[in-house]
Amino acid sequence: MIWRVGTVVALHDETATARTITFEVPDWPGHVAGQHVDLRVTAPDGYSTVRSYSIASAPNSGGCVELTVERLPNGEVSPYLTQELAVGDRLELRGPIGGWFVWRTEQTEPIQLIAGGSGIVPLMAMVRSRGSAASTVPFRLLYSVREPGAIFYRDELLTLSDHNHSVSITCAYTRATPKNWPRPPSRIDAALIADTTWSSNLVPTCYVCGPTPFVESATDLLIASGHGRDKVRTERFGPTGERK
Amino acid sequence: MSPLTADYLDGNAAAGDLSKIFAVDVTTAQGQCANCGAIKRFAEAHLYMQAPGVVARCAVCDHILLRLVNARQRVFLDVRGLTYLRLDTA
Repeated sequence: MIWRVGTVVALHDETATARTITFEVPDWPGHVAGQHVDLRVTAPDGYSTVRSYSIASAPNSGGCVELTVERLPNGEVSPYLTQELAVGDRLELRGPIGGWFVWRTEQTEPIQLIAGGSGIVPLMAMVRSRGSAASTVPFRLLYSVREPGAIFYRDELLTLSDHNHSVSITCAYTRATPKNWPRPPSRIDAALIADTTWSSNLVPTCYVCGPTPFVESATDLLIASGHGRDKVRTERFGPTGERK
Repeated sequence: MSPLTADYLDGNAAAGDLSKIFAVDVTTAQGQCANCGAIKRFAEAHLYMQAPGVVARCAVCDHILLRLVNARQRVFLDVRGLTYLRLDTA
């Protein structure tokens, strides 16, 4: 797989710490929702390092690839990507990568998405892919975030839940909730899974993405509520350290 | 239970490095653990990236399935923890 040069054509802040970067990649081969790219950042002294980021955009985004990057407090690359990168800058991308954690528009079974924090990114690509393919497959999204201000793609998600009854979205808050929210701040638990996600009787495919402990916990809850292990696909992320 | 830390990712995360070696996507391949016999997709393995290379362990028994180390212009690949990998070539 070759490295391609992507030019930054747009930047958009999702939250105080996360930014969506749109790259124009002239010879982009296209991708499937859920795939990621490797991004190679090279310093003026020649030092280079590689990080993996999930693609946020739908497959048919006309030679453009959107990534949403969360700034890690002691990160080596994410502070640069979220604070210094400017429109017109060029970076090397390799991808699309990974054929397992993907949703293809040919799939007809109900889909359960469960996101922890910035784990929403590849799941958003699936939601967008569903929309752009005019698929009528029923989707449910359970999105766990620390607080209301930490929600990515807020306006788009609000519009989706208002106007599209076959994408049902539930937000769960772990630190602070909106005013008069019925559920106190807490992690995803068995009751929430039972109330807001597809029953295992419908045999949905479940996609779980987030930090490793979140994915472990959400996967265990799904299995405990009757979903087959082979119906739960996971993508964990975390600080990956220096890779090259 | 497991003595290993929870700082692992999924086999998915090795897809980029493996794409330098294999012509097809290895993360969707089924592989059998040489220790416990479990047959799973490589994407489901637990991936440790804190080492100088990448270490993939069986999600069932933690046995090392694959190690991949980049060293300048060379890549070292150790797959003795896998009895086989079944790759889709279509």
